Order: sequence, then structure tokens, then C-alpha cells
Amino acid sequence: MKKNAKIKHNEDRLYYAFCYTVVTFLTLIVLYPIIYIISASFSNPDVVVHGGVWLWPKDIDLTAYKFVLEQPRIALGYKNTIFYTLVGTVINLVVTIACAYPLARKNLRGRGAIMFLFTFTMLFSAGMIPNYILIRELGMIDTRWAMLLPGALSVYNMIVCRTFIQTNIPAEMLEAAQIDGCNDFQYLFKMVLPLSKPILAVLTLWYGVSHWNAYFNAFMYLNSEELYPLQIFLKEILVQSKRIGPLEDEMLTFSEREHFSEYLYVTLKYCVIMVSTVPLFCVYPFVQKHFQKGVMIGSVKG
Amino acid sequence: MNKKKTFGSLAAIRRDVRRDWQLYLLLLVPIIYIIIYKYLPMGGLVIAFKNYKVRQGIWGSKWVGFDQFTKFFESYQFKRVLVNTIVLSLYTLIVSFPFPVLFALMINSVRNERFKKVTQTIVNMPHFISVVVMVGIMFSIFNSATGLYGSVYRSLTGSNMAPDLFGSAASFRHFYVWSAVWQHFGWDSIIYTAALSSVDPSYHEAAQIDGATRFQRVIHVDLPTIVPTIITMLILRMGSVMTIGFEKVYLMQNSMNLSASEVISTYAYSVGLSAKGVGNFSYATAIGLFNNVINFTLVMIMNTISKKVSETSLW
Repeated sequence: MKKNAKIKHNEDRLYYAFCYTVVTFLTLIVLYPIIYIISASFSNPDVVVHGGVWLWPKDIDLTAYKFVLEQPRIALGYKNTIFYTLVGTVINLVVTIACAYPLARKNLRGRGAIMFLFTFTMLFSAGMIPNYILIRELGMIDTRWAMLLPGALSVYNMIVCRTFIQTNIPAEMLEAAQIDGCNDFQYLFKMVLPLSKPILAVLTLWYGVSHWNAYFNAFMYLNSEELYPLQIFLKEILVQSKRIGPLEDEMLTFSEREHFSEYLYVTLKYCVIMVSTVPLFCVYPFVQKHFQKGVMIGSVKG
Repeated sequence: MNKKKTFGSLAAIRRDVRRDWQLYLLLLVPIIYIIIYKYLPMGGLVIAFKNYKVRQGIWGSKWVGFDQFTKFFESYQFKRVLVNTIVLSLYTLIVSFPFPVLFALMINSVRNERFKKVTQTIVNMPHFISVVVMVGIMFSIFNSATGLYGSVYRSLTGSNMAPDLFGSAASFRHFYVWSAVWQHFGWDSIIYTAALSSVDPSYHEAAQIDGATRFQRVIHVDLPTIVPTIITMLILRMGSVMTIGFEKVYLMQNSMNLSASEVISTYAYSVGLSAKGVGNFSYATAIGLFNNVINFTLVMIMNTISKKVSETSLW
């Protein structure tokens, strides 16, 4: 028996070695670009462009950060994004709970029909132009509302929340509470919400991240710069990549005071990537277990 | 006790609604939301059958029947955008579907908990990068003059100029698909690792006693456990084969890769909105509607098939 176990162990060793190698390899592939971006953002632009940076920062140079942090437009984008993320997430949570809590009640009249009203929108949507016309007819073009209201509810998130309430809060508790004279509002605030903290954390994070990264609504519905979220400014710097317009002007003013490399715009991009993504990456390791929990709840059919 | 009202009777309904009025009051908010923001635009779809003029409004504009659709089907763009959409999504599906499954099976075999946790944290991270930043990262790193790719190419080949990667239609698809794999394979594997964690350890013990190697246990114990999840995910993905997200394609688009990167959604945008003021709303709506009807049909078909084949369905 013991000998047998030993042989098996040897056969398995190859498989384990294979798994560790592949997993390590994939992890390094994911990690490397991230490290490179961090290092490049802190390095001298000339060194970066001429291939001097491979892994760690070389010839540390903070001019790009200095420039980015002085940018009024980046600061404006940041401010707007924080506003949209905070207010938007609060709206999302209120609407999601107002929807999920009643629908988690199995004996609610018309539950099936109401559920269908929501799930159907996951399967079929009107599309870009009718949505645009609606927003225009509502007079929401170029207002902050266009960033907050059209996405007030994610039906998928609502279903995850409903499933959580259904499976984690026993029906007997409701009966007991009702006998004690508790109405549905009181039950929601005193029992359901306190017991739903894990799912509320998941929803807050999911909605928060989606607001932070949102680009489409701003792109479609906003015209004035004062309302732009960070992602729109990022697009100008990262994707359009031309050194024209306001960025060019600002670099000119900057050059009057500071001496910098003609390649500053290269590290500038890495730097902008960092500045916009770091908040997410800082929060992420602490909350990742919540995110994963959410995916698992979502995979249980309600 | 003595009131034996049947469930469907009017009195019973009235009683239940009166009992649950607070719940209905709560539901009012999301229902109003969904009607205004999701169903009203569906009403707006009528302009696909009209010749919409802003001044005449949705109802005042002239009916044209299926003219907008025939115009699209007969246009020289039709075949191109349809083929591009299908090729891009099938390519995405084929490449990005197996990765999370294989990764989950392998990470599940890893016994060192700390190693497992660290690798999972790392591979899940890119999922939270925004589309704009993701495209920006690609453009920066693979820039032929100033990026990492440029310097690697120059030092390996000794030439002083690397070929531009974003100026060709051929490379567009590879970048689109492989960047998505890089960004999401870790995150997409969570659902499988979750399913794997529910495997009853006694199966593994029994297999071990019968002399199965770890690899054999992966094939005969682990894999069968996640097959229902795999099927569900596959249906979801197959159903959305024609839905190519607008944002990333649009951001990656340039005049040189248009022959591969013009998909249905970007084409609808370019005829409808990008020509500000002169955009043809009706035509663009018809194109979008065509796309959405196909998506809807595909999900329905895939769901029916899976119900028959595996008794796994989405609803």
C-alpha cells in the first residue's frame, strides 16, 4: 500500500510540475505589462523610448507625474468621476434594493410578470439611436443626469441581489417578524439590509467600478468639458494620441518653466494610466473576495 | 379560516395587494425606471420603419415600411460589416472560451494555498481596467517607435524601425481578441473555480484508492463537475455571438484597419450619430434593430437546444 502510494506520487509529480509552470507563466504574462507600465511611468522618457527600461524604473524622473498632477483637465475629470461614482452608486443601490427585495418574496402577486418585465431587457434592447433620442427628448443631453439615470439599474445585479435575499434570509424570520407587528418597510430596514451586508458590499463594488470606468454615456450624451469624466480625457490622451489641442498648449506652458524631454508625452501616457487606475488597484486586493463571492451568488439560479 | 377564497379570485387579489402594498410601492421606482429607460426606446424603434425627421418628430415622420432594411441589405457595406462582426466574435469565442476553463482546472490542482491566492489576485486584476485604458495600454506598449515592442524589435533584428502594428487590418483582430483574453481569463475562471470547490472530496478519495493519478482525477472527477457550468457559459456566449461591444472596437478603429474593424454597431454609429446633425437616425436604428433581433433569436435558439441536450437552461 505504501509503495503504491509512492509510485502514484511520482506520476503525479509531473502533472503538478506542469500545473505550477503553466499557472506561473500565465501569471507572469499578466503581471509583466503592469510592472512595465509602473516602471516606465517613473523613468526618464529618453531611456524608455530607447529601450532602457525592461523591468525596474531607470533614471527616475517624476516630470510626467508633475505635469499630470498639474493638469486642470485631469483634476476636473477626477472630480467629475468621483461625483458620478458616488452619486451614481447610491442611486444604483436604492433602485436595486427597491427592486430585489419585493421580488425575493415568493408569494408576491404578479412576481413572474414583473420579473419578466426586467429580464426581457437583458435579452433585447432598443439600441443606440432610440436611446439617444430618448435622452434628447428628456432634455438630458449635456447634463449630469445623463451619467446617472440611464444606468440606474443593472438587471443582472438585481437578480444576484434577489437570489441572495431569497437564499440567505429564511422565510420563517419574516413570519416571526410579522407576528410581532413588523411591516414590510421595517422588515427591510431592520432585518433584510443588516443581514445583506455581504451582497451590498458586492453591489457597491460592482456599480462603483462600472461608474469609475464608464465611458459610453459620456461619449454619447455630454458635450461640455466641465461635465466630462476622467475616461473622456483619458481617451484624448491615450487613444487619439495626437499632441494637439489643449494638451499641446499645456505642454508648451509647462515647457516655459520646466526642462523636459521631447518624449515626455510617452511616459505621460503611462503616468496617466497609473493615475487613473491606481485607485482601483489599491482597493482591489482588499475587496476581491467580495467580488468573487458575487460571481458565485450570481451563478446560483434563483 | 372559513373564508375559502380561491387564489385567482378578484377578492383574493385585492386582499394580497392590500397586504403587500408597501412592496408594490417599492417596486414602483424600478418599474418606472425600466419603462422610461428601456421600454420607451423600444417604442422609438418605429423610426426604423419611417423616414425620421427631427422636425416632424417620431410620429409625424413618414412611414417607409422596410425600406431602411432593404437599403442596408443592398448596400455594399452590408456584407463587410456582417462578416467582420461574425469573424470577430467567433474568433473571440474560440480563443477566449477555453482559457478560463483550463486555468481553473490547473489552479484547482495547485495545493499551495498561498501561491494560489497570490496568482489569482494577480490574474483577476486586469479585469478592472477600463476599456479606454486597456486600448491605451496596447497602443503605448506596442507602439513601433516609442513602445516596448519597438525597442524589443530593434534590439532583436538590429534594424532601426519596427513595422507598425496598428495600421493593418490583419492585426486588428489579433489585438482585439488577445487583449481580451489577457484582461479577462482570470476573472472568467472564477465561476469555474467556484464550481470546482463544490466537488465532494470523497470522490477524489475513492478515485485515489482505485489508483487514479491526479491527472486522471481531473478528467474523471473535476471536469464532469463543471460541465453544466461550461454549457451554461457556452450558451450565453453563443447567444451573444453577434453582439460585439461598441466601445473597444470604436476606440481601436482607424482609417487603415477599417476593412476589418467596421462592425455592425460601429457602422450604425457612423451613419447615425457621428455625422453630427446630418446623421440618418432611421437607417442607423434599422441596422441596430436587425442586429438585436438576431441576438435575441440566437439566445432563444441556444437556450432551447441546451434545454433539450443537457437539461441546463438559463431560465
